[in-house]
Amino acid sequence: MSKIVKNKRSLSARLGGLLFVLPSILVVMIFVYGLILWSVNVSLTNQNSGTKKAIEYVGLKNYTDLVADERFTHSLSNLVKFTVVFILGALVTGFIMSLLLEKGIKGEGFFRSFYLYPMAISFIAMGTVFNWLLNSARDEEAGGLNLALQKIGLGFLQNDWYVSERGSMYAMALPAIWQMSGYVLALFLAGFRGIPDDMREAARVDGASESQIYRHVLFPQLTPTLLTILIILGHISMKAFDLIIGINGKSYVTQVVAVYMWEATFDKRDYAKGTSIAIVLLIMIAVVVVPYLRYNNKQQAYR
Amino acid sequence: MSKDLVDLITAKPDARNKKRKLNGKERFWLIFRYISLTFIWFLVVMPIYVMVINSLKGVKNVYLTNAFKLPEKLDFSAWSVAWSGTDYFPQSISESMTRTLFFVIQASIISAIIGSINGYVFAKWKFKGSNLIFTFFLFGMFIPYQAIMIPLVRIATTLEINKSIYVLILAHIIYGIPICTLIFRNYYEAIPNELIEAARVDKASMVRTYRSIILPLSLPAFVVVLIWQFTSAWNDFLFAIFLTGGSPKLSVATTALNFITGSSNQVYYGVNMTASLIVSLPTLIVYIFLGRYFLRGLLSGSLKG
Amino acid sequence: MRRSSFRLVAAAAAIALAVTGCSSSSDDAANEDTEFEIFTWWASGGEAAGLQGMVDVYKAQNPNTEFINAAVAGGAGVNAKAVLQSRLDANEPPDSFQAHAGMELDGYVRGGQLEDLTSLYASEGWDKVFPSDLIKAITVDGKIYSVPVNIHRANVLWWNPAAATKAGITKAPVTLDEFFADLEKFKKSGIPGLALAGKGDWAIAHLLDWMLLATMGADKFEGLYNGSTSWTGPEVAAGIKNFQKALSYGNKGAGNLDWPDAGKLVTDGKAGFFIMGDWASAQWQSDGLKLGTDYTYAAAPGTVGTYQWLSDSFTLPVGAPHRNAAIAWLKVCGSKEGQDAFNPKKGSISARTDSDLSLYDDYLKSAAADWKKDRLVGSTVHGATGNNALMAAYNAGVGKYFSGGFKDNAGLAKDLAAAYEAGKA
Repeated sequence: MSKIVKNKRSLSARLGGLLFVLPSILVVMIFVYGLILWSVNVSLTNQNSGTKKAIEYVGLKNYTDLVADERFTHSLSNLVKFTVVFILGALVTGFIMSLLLEKGIKGEGFFRSFYLYPMAISFIAMGTVFNWLLNSARDEEAGGLNLALQKIGLGFLQNDWYVSERGSMYAMALPAIWQMSGYVLALFLAGFRGIPDDMREAARVDGASESQIYRHVLFPQLTPTLLTILIILGHISMKAFDLIIGINGKSYVTQVVAVYMWEATFDKRDYAKGTSIAIVLLIMIAVVVVPYLRYNNKQQAYR
Repeated sequence: MSKDLVDLITAKPDARNKKRKLNGKERFWLIFRYISLTFIWFLVVMPIYVMVINSLKGVKNVYLTNAFKLPEKLDFSAWSVAWSGTDYFPQSISESMTRTLFFVIQASIISAIIGSINGYVFAKWKFKGSNLIFTFFLFGMFIPYQAIMIPLVRIATTLEINKSIYVLILAHIIYGIPICTLIFRNYYEAIPNELIEAARVDKASMVRTYRSIILPLSLPAFVVVLIWQFTSAWNDFLFAIFLTGGSPKLSVATTALNFITGSSNQVYYGVNMTASLIVSLPTLIVYIFLGRYFLRGLLSGSLKG
Repeated sequence: MRRSSFRLVAAAAAIALAVTGCSSSSDDAANEDTEFEIFTWWASGGEAAGLQGMVDVYKAQNPNTEFINAAVAGGAGVNAKAVLQSRLDANEPPDSFQAHAGMELDGYVRGGQLEDLTSLYASEGWDKVFPSDLIKAITVDGKIYSVPVNIHRANVLWWNPAAATKAGITKAPVTLDEFFADLEKFKKSGIPGLALAGKGDWAIAHLLDWMLLATMGADKFEGLYNGSTSWTGPEVAAGIKNFQKALSYGNKGAGNLDWPDAGKLVTDGKAGFFIMGDWASAQWQSDGLKLGTDYTYAAAPGTVGTYQWLSDSFTLPVGAPHRNAAIAWLKVCGSKEGQDAFNPKKGSISARTDSDLSLYDDYLKSAAADWKKDRLVGSTVHGATGNNALMAAYNAGVGKYFSGGFKDNAGLAKDLAAAYEAGKA
């Protein structure tokens, strides 16, 4: 039936649709894609605001320079470590939380809303407090989590958090996990509850144990949810900036790509380098997001 | 989409099982679940707890070494200093918060209107290539804003719109288009096509269909978008600091907070913590009272709805 | 070519904005005399209070000008420099902005973004009241581009008298050998000898800067920045070795302390010495601590008789919209009255040699006395001898060394050399 009506739609109606979104299309074209192109253009030059050099095109030199730049590779490896720990951490905690809540429990609403509230707060506001909590002093000098660990008798778990070069980014992921695991919980919970009860019942009738039901019936149903979560967390992680600046400033030990870009652009005043770092970051995000968007787009088409 | 995600989350499944008497094993697991949930609850609340107790210790002598100690006596001086400012803290948060409220509300409302129109077209009046364009919109949600900040500042100064708070309204509207469109589109997708088709048969125009059928159904989506835009514009720091150029006439909540916490040569953690708390309060309040909608906004970020 | 494409985008943007139906309200250009905007990172604390003092002086002289302090804070101007940069490049300069005097201005000078202020020095007589070492240090190719409003001292040693007595230390160490011996004494008394603060890397870099000066002396140290001393030579290697030794006496968990936290360890008697600029005294005074009983000071060991300075200064950007008002402001900045209104609250001394010392506290009085007689050497990590690019790379190099457990001395020397090169590029 809908097909018939579709044919009836006049050309003007369809154009009308386009007309209404045209302003937004133009704005997005200019302010998202136009400005990205602008940045790409700058990244192909030698533009440096600190010198009066004439601006000329240097091809991909800025990009090839990055490969050899130890500071860049350092920030990139920091970012990778951070991303892995953050995604796994948020995924596991969020998943465990959803398992605990999934069947429904008295007071669920209470727990759920507290678990979610970190998302409402900006990291500009949380910076100092996390800097304190992740303080690396131990034993008598301890002030933050290390002190809390002592108090609950887990003193042996005290550690350097993000200060040591080895462990820095892993610990830096903790605040990010704190902020995002409630979100993961919500998504998983929606995933679990989107599974019809009948499926569980049927498995139960077939004599499956609880753990078998989870493993063979419920978990496979969560794959799309998992994919969504990975994409969301992935792009948040790659953009990490506020969080790291808020907690530890521009310190070398926790420098990630977005922070290094900041330094290149504003301390070195090297716009060409700054924009090329930004474009690399953008490409990294695009590699993850674009296939997902395409997949999503295809799904829409079949609806 | 049949069921709303939030309804899914808040639904209580397995109601049948609850009535049954628990056996020993099940009782053990129930207790285990409560203990775990409570433990996680403590972890989640701890940072805020630390902020609260340290905001009650006064202006001076608040340091990391006694972070967990309760205040010896309640001292609200840090609150009054942070709220209204002094010689030493000339930025009064109260003034900036009023200004923020003013611009954030406007930005949210306009964003919602634009998002609603876009969402309507992308969901119900698809044209050739509309799905592709929509996908291009969505990518805008994922870009790192640092990458476009410098040209953006240039545009703002060239057009001379950087002297008023409207520059922030514009920025949040523009960069809010992707998410707002997405939320509305997903919401409208769920409205049965039959309603629209009926209107079409009646030769109702696109605009009239929108006014008479879509708009009256849109309230929940509006609330979601308003809340989403409210919290993200409120918490935004990058646009605020670059586009206002540091002018005190345009200081907003996060930049005012940055004034207080970011001083270079002296640090007053008491005021620092308090100001952070005050600035977080509006979003927390929105979250507490409208949590359901807030959650819905968050979930819309997941592209499905 | 770039400009025309830019105009195209701007025009397109304008159309887009008009289409979306959002009006932009642009303020009418303010009258030269009615408004005046400075850009600082003094947003709170004694800095803000001091600035207000100077602003009051300005207002008394220019009653019709509205004064706007565009302040962007964030650890020693981290955000401020970024925002300032974006404004300068968008040809939207403030009427005057704050920067450390000396090499920190280098990029702006080379970029042609600052006006030459040399004539102001002659007309206001500043060339006579500022020390000649200072004038020399802020002169680039015969021109001066900023007006220093204050002087901070970087090479100061702080400690808690009670903790020192307990450790058996009776007088301030003068040489590095005495310093290391005292560190050992603190260690024996059960507290770390040296308080360190690693957040943002700069406070550790501050320590290294002093240690290089103390190890090689003022002449060789200045040679590092004019090319006559090699960064990979034996002097720097010896300095780094001393630095390494000093770090080994540091407090645990220094990595993410900000400097006030480290300072608190010292005043609480939980750590021995603290090498920090003299803004530490201002912080402690405002916390209600007493000089002489809660904390005391001396010139940092190995650098007695040398005053390692840093200075905040104001500039006149090219294209400042209210140029006359800005020049009036710079005159206040350089004046005795202005500096004496600013500095006692900021916790620094006046850059002038004729300030009214009765307004200053005991520490600042003695600093002012040293300022007149000591050899003056600029600080690297606070912008006197290093420009922004050098400082960023210098701090990162030190951060890498420190977070790596301070083992790779050769690597640090190499990174410092690279930082120096980055500054020249």
